[in-house]
Amino acid sequence: MTENMDVHAKLQATDIEVSFGATIALSGATFSLRQGEVHALLGENGAGKSTLMKVLAGIVRPQSGSLSLDGVAYAPQTPLDARKAGVAMIHQELALAPHLRVDENVALGAEPMNGPFLDRRRMADSARAALAMLGDHSIQLDLPASQLSVSARQLVEIARAIASGCRVMIMDEPTSSLGRKDVLALFDLLRKLKSEGYAIVYISHFLEEVWEIADRFTVLRDGKTVETHAVAAVSVNEAIPMMIGAEMAQMYHRSERTSGEPLLELARVKGADSKLNEATLTLRRGEILGIAGLVGSGRSELVRSIFGLEATSDGTIKFASYSGWFPPAMRWRQGAGLLSEDRRDEGLSIDMTVGDNLVLPAVERVETQGWLMPKAKNDAANEWITKLEIRCPGPQATIRSLSGGNQQKVALARLMFCDVELLLLDEPTRGVDVKTKSQIYKIMDEVALAGKAVLMISSYLPELLGTCDRIAVMYRGRLIVSKTVSEWTEEELMLAVAGAADDTAEIA
Amino acid sequence: MINKVKEVFAKSMAFREAGPLLALIIIYFLFSIAAPDTFLTWTNMQAIVRQTAIVGIAAIGMTIVIIGGGIDLSIGSIIALVTVAIALSLQNGVPAVAAVFIALALGTLCGLVNGALISRLRVVPFIVTLGTLLIFRGIAKGLSGEQKVDAPISWLNELVIVLKPQDSWMIFPLGVWLMVLLAVIVFVVLRYTRFGLHTQAVGSNEQTAILCGIDVSKLKAYLYAISGCFAGIAGLMQFSRLTVGDPTVAVGLELDAIAAVVIGGGSLRGGEGSVLGTICGALIMTVIRSGCSQMGLPNWVQEIVAGVIITVAVALDQLRRRSRT
Repeated sequence: MTENMDVHAKLQATDIEVSFGATIALSGATFSLRQGEVHALLGENGAGKSTLMKVLAGIVRPQSGSLSLDGVAYAPQTPLDARKAGVAMIHQELALAPHLRVDENVALGAEPMNGPFLDRRRMADSARAALAMLGDHSIQLDLPASQLSVSARQLVEIARAIASGCRVMIMDEPTSSLGRKDVLALFDLLRKLKSEGYAIVYISHFLEEVWEIADRFTVLRDGKTVETHAVAAVSVNEAIPMMIGAEMAQMYHRSERTSGEPLLELARVKGADSKLNEATLTLRRGEILGIAGLVGSGRSELVRSIFGLEATSDGTIKFASYSGWFPPAMRWRQGAGLLSEDRRDEGLSIDMTVGDNLVLPAVERVETQGWLMPKAKNDAANEWITKLEIRCPGPQATIRSLSGGNQQKVALARLMFCDVELLLLDEPTRGVDVKTKSQIYKIMDEVALAGKAVLMISSYLPELLGTCDRIAVMYRGRLIVSKTVSEWTEEELMLAVAGAADDTAEIA
Repeated sequence: MINKVKEVFAKSMAFREAGPLLALIIIYFLFSIAAPDTFLTWTNMQAIVRQTAIVGIAAIGMTIVIIGGGIDLSIGSIIALVTVAIALSLQNGVPAVAAVFIALALGTLCGLVNGALISRLRVVPFIVTLGTLLIFRGIAKGLSGEQKVDAPISWLNELVIVLKPQDSWMIFPLGVWLMVLLAVIVFVVLRYTRFGLHTQAVGSNEQTAILCGIDVSKLKAYLYAISGCFAGIAGLMQFSRLTVGDPTVAVGLELDAIAAVVIGGGSLRGGEGSVLGTICGALIMTVIRSGCSQMGLPNWVQEIVAGVIITVAVALDQLRRRSRT
């Protein structure tokens, strides 16, 4: 199936190999992009999508393999080389300078000059022209980028690529922080670019969106290209096994569980200045409750409000025997723990050791007479390293040196070390490999069996359907429906998440 | 009419420099009430501007570095080293004009050392310039034998003095005009040249700058070289005021310069800063010092007052900017 040489190729990558130290990121990745197409790169986390993309954009240099652009050898050494050759990467967050104006951001690195001075008029003209080509006439050129919405920032980035003459665009998760309306606008734009001969590499975890916008897709697995197909010829369900490989014997774990007394009750909770508008729910002991919703729907704000990281302005929160809002320090003592969706920046201190991270919220457990006992800390860490099969050199290893999946296990182990009754899990399987995912599901099952309660947020619907007892949907800051898992089908859930339950949504 | 005034006021407040400028006027006004009548005189204003020249010039260089996301703690030591070098040169019969070039070259060289260490060794600027703060100061003390270095009289001694009656058409001495000229040049460079835009881009988001093909390490080397060069010019002014080379002068001046930049709207996180704001900031510092001493306040009170005013000024500016977004 793999096309090794594509005569129509605009950009061709053949047998690319990349390794970082002992880790092999790509071994035999082959990819061809035609003019005027949107070509999706699919694969599990760690399959090598982002590495391949970085090779194309000149950020990572391959150890072997060849690249060609328009039939000519292409070996970008830096992102600037790639851009000069006509290949631009559209990053999500890091590619605009927040203090610079819109037109300055568009021109950055290729500013029009008038003698020794910047030609500000031409700078503004070319930015306006590029934005107009994208169908935008509303973005003010003199605003600093920090004041733009996420979708406007993305437009500015695309405008930069166009203004610098790029014909190939690599888009990494372009829709992950957009609302549905902005996604549709982006897709219209991509179709327009396509019709004008631009070639687009599209990476996304949202398979439904890929099927909506892409012409072809290439699946990567363990750093190798598995298959390339036309989207029209294959269904989403047929593509998933290609990504996962051999079917997992048992991915999800759901023992027969009986729910006990209510542990957490929310009534009409509203965030003080967050996206959370209204949430009412009851979570019982022995239960796993799933929260489905888009990024930005207020789902993270919900658990963060429960955990005291964000203030609430209305409604009541009752957890165990404690009524009202409490800050995180109190929540830990009351027996609630949060696993953050942002593992690197919030969830863990990545330069501290496994042991330190584990005990951080409950240092008193490894203290004697107020003295921190290194041995007690190590013993505790070793215990959880064994129990959760965390692959690391030992309690003294820094979090940074661990793989994503093992980092996440440490974050989860922390909740268990603190012996919390309520586990608030925000995207617990984001960025972890399939095996670790399965282990995390098993841990959740065990925790619920032991009479504790789990509140789990996820963007990945199959895992919600596979692990939860009940699933509630968050949409535009409201918790709209909650049903037992047997009452949901994946399709219904997807529609509810996208706002089908609320027809007024797109107008608002 | 009142609405019109409000509108003009709102518009002018939207400028980054409006806050520091307003603060300068208010603080000057407060001291005019509190201090003896001499405070609100032309002579006093001239004196304050004259006294600001040294820290003002150093702070202009610091502004560029801070906009670029860095910091330079070594400028006080560079100033001391430069005063010693000038005095030694003059002692050895070097003409004054050549001594000026020595001052600039030495300052730039010191800055290049900072820049090279920061961009080659990839050590954070705070640590590198903390190290060179000690090194340059040590060299100054070694060169001078830990003593003041006398120098023969030359026109260099007249850069920041009170003007002679026949020169009163100049309004300010040469050193002050130099500060104004440098401020204008840097303002134009930051706003209208590629170098200025790239500096702001690096301070605003270094990843983006790299992605857009800006040679970040080269740019950083330039930033510190410029800061060193400005410290060299400030050193020249310092020598002019002292008329001797002094290895122990300007201790802590880097902190005054940083304070001036921050009062002037600069952000230590990079990407933000304004030359005009910095000059206002530097003037505020001088006004506080001069005002306190004219009121006869003891030194320790002066320091507390300066600290309080700096903190309050920056906090107010933060509030003002937050309310705008």
